[in-house]
Amino acid sequence: MNEKIESRKPPVATTGIIGWLRINLFFNWTNSLITIFVIYCLYQFVPWILDWTVFSADFKYNYLGQQITNQEMCSRNLDPKNGGACWAVIYVRFYQFIYGFYPREEVWRVNISYVMLAIALLPLLITKLPYRKIFLNFTYIFPIIAYFLLNGGFGLPDISTNKWGGLLVTLVLGCTGIALAFPIGVLLALGRRSNLPVISMMCVLFIEFIRGVPLITLLFFGMVMLPLFLPEGIDMDGLVRVLVAVTLFQSAYMAEVIRGGLQAIPTGQYEAARSLGMSYWRMNFQIILPQAIRISIPPIVNTSIGLFKDTTLVIIVGLLDLLGIGRGTLADTNWLGLSYEIYFFVSLVFFIFTFGMSRYSLYLEKKLKTGINMGAD
Amino acid sequence: MRSNLNFFSDERFRSIFFQTLVVGLFALGIFFIVQTTAYNLEKRNIATGWRFLSDPAGFDISFSPFLEFKSTDTHLKVYFVGVLNTLLVSITGCIAATILGFLVGIIRLSSNWLLSRISYIYVEFTRNVPLLLQIILWYSILIQLPRVKQSLQILDVFYISNRGLYSPRPIFESGFTYIFIAIILALISSFFIRRWAKKRQDLTGDQYPVFYTSFGLIFIIPIILFFILGSPMSFEYPEMKGFNFKGGLVIRPEFIAMFLALSIYTAAFISETVRAGILSVTKGQREASAALGLKQSWIMRLIIIPQALRVIVPPLTSQYLNLTKNSSLGIAVGYADLVHGFGGISLNQTGQAIECMVIVMATYLTISLTISFFMNIYNRSIQFKEK
Repeated sequence: MNEKIESRKPPVATTGIIGWLRINLFFNWTNSLITIFVIYCLYQFVPWILDWTVFSADFKYNYLGQQITNQEMCSRNLDPKNGGACWAVIYVRFYQFIYGFYPREEVWRVNISYVMLAIALLPLLITKLPYRKIFLNFTYIFPIIAYFLLNGGFGLPDISTNKWGGLLVTLVLGCTGIALAFPIGVLLALGRRSNLPVISMMCVLFIEFIRGVPLITLLFFGMVMLPLFLPEGIDMDGLVRVLVAVTLFQSAYMAEVIRGGLQAIPTGQYEAARSLGMSYWRMNFQIILPQAIRISIPPIVNTSIGLFKDTTLVIIVGLLDLLGIGRGTLADTNWLGLSYEIYFFVSLVFFIFTFGMSRYSLYLEKKLKTGINMGAD
Repeated sequence: MRSNLNFFSDERFRSIFFQTLVVGLFALGIFFIVQTTAYNLEKRNIATGWRFLSDPAGFDISFSPFLEFKSTDTHLKVYFVGVLNTLLVSITGCIAATILGFLVGIIRLSSNWLLSRISYIYVEFTRNVPLLLQIILWYSILIQLPRVKQSLQILDVFYISNRGLYSPRPIFESGFTYIFIAIILALISSFFIRRWAKKRQDLTGDQYPVFYTSFGLIFIIPIILFFILGSPMSFEYPEMKGFNFKGGLVIRPEFIAMFLALSIYTAAFISETVRAGILSVTKGQREASAALGLKQSWIMRLIIIPQALRVIVPPLTSQYLNLTKNSSLGIAVGYADLVHGFGGISLNQTGQAIECMVIVMATYLTISLTISFFMNIYNRSIQFKEK
């Protein structure tokens, strides 16, 4: 009687590809109808977009085999039946998109800065990097090296910032804005939670004011009002004025994010640090902030993504970032009418950066959740 | 013992000392800035004060749907036109973004794999591309539409061209006031009927068809009234005259581009908060309501959404604030909002940067605070009330 019964296999219809299809696409008849409709729409749309972007697009040569140097030579302008996107504009203007109007013989300086930026970011992104301490020291001195390298000094010829453009300006604004806003944000967050009423009130007013107005008004403030505030003789560079506005803007958002992290630290941590006789600053810098910042890294990355996208606003005050170069190219009679190609390319560059950052922030969030849950219980 | 200690070791003294120091430095900084600014303004011959507000503007605004604007009107009127345009695109954008965002957020959680993938792709692509780029892209699509002469027609009354969307303009005649009053009364009474019906259901368990009653009050009665009063409304149709349309209602491509870009961009963020909100309602709630025999649509409407709203509303507020602030990007496509009209053209014409920027910033602050205020009231009304 105690005969062992072999466990039966699940029905074919619930496992494997068929099972997956049945559960996810054809669960009931409304679901099946939706699936068929969506597949039909995709069938109409996807081949067309692939054809336009890849199969009948020009990359460097048109369909006659000539190298494209202006929009009239694009296949679709020679023969409307015969072409899709004309990516040659990106190919021809690639230098400007990446470096702006930086002199060609000095461009190695930008290239080295790009490489150094990547190296400087490594220890921040990868916590298990071997020799992380040494790399971190490099990260701290990198801004100074990059400043002299890009701007000139120590025997290098000066390159005025109005020659900078494209990805260079986007990265300079994004990275400098984030790097400068971080310490200011920390101080503002501490100030907002301070016991000194005057200081906390001033921080609250500053943060709420900045968060209540659009970035564009702050950029206008930097462009038209800042020169009026400064004494004669101090002439601020356009890029610096924009940087001031961007940093002020970002530091208010950064402060709110860090405040969120500070609020998550249990009072026991403060009390323990105090009972060890630590001073206010020592308690914050050695006990509270390391924990608070660790848990607020994902939202810090998220506001940084926001700032990175918002750097495009500088085109309104006349700086030529990636989008600015794109618009400048469109205004050139040689490349009139290629707006979709240019906007597609600029979008793609931004997408790669911001999507990468958002994936990184998600990865951190997951790691934090599985890691030690500090003081939660 | 205490007298041996340094003054500085006394916490109370230190706190007062530092705060006085900060206030002093701050005041000194302000004093310095005011001094240099006054000097700079005088040197550059820039007028100060608010007198410029009553000077004629001297430029035209192409899109001013609420106020008639001529180039002889004052800068103050430029300001009002700008505020109205900002509010118009913000309010319509918020409504559209909420609807689209809820739709995408719910679709994202759909059991249909393809649908949820498509909404995932939509969300990732729109929120990872700068909004300014999207506004410019929409605008460049809209101005590549056919010219006025070859404009696309829909039902012979709507015309779409690179100058915008032309539609018939409704003209309300005197009798229409009664219909308007009827609609307002219907809205108020259906609000009270809903409250009464809820109270009755709580007490007796009887349901009252609130939806049909309100529908009848708000739509059917005014329509009947409309015919009784002899249709006191007519339409002014757009007509082709020369190179452009005359008459009718015009919606400019700048507005359409702003509206589309703002609502599509913000909807991506709203859909993520909606998704998080719905996921925050535990699975047990859904299973319990299914076990009670509720219909699928009722489960969503009566059980899931009310609980999810508690999580959704606070981030939704900040999305509305973002959308309103982002509407300032209209300057990139020439939409005559507050920043473009008053903070841009008026500022350049008068040179009074400080006054213009102060007004613009104060207005945005007021709008932001108002939105926060009302959303906080709404938030409090939907939060879980513990007994």
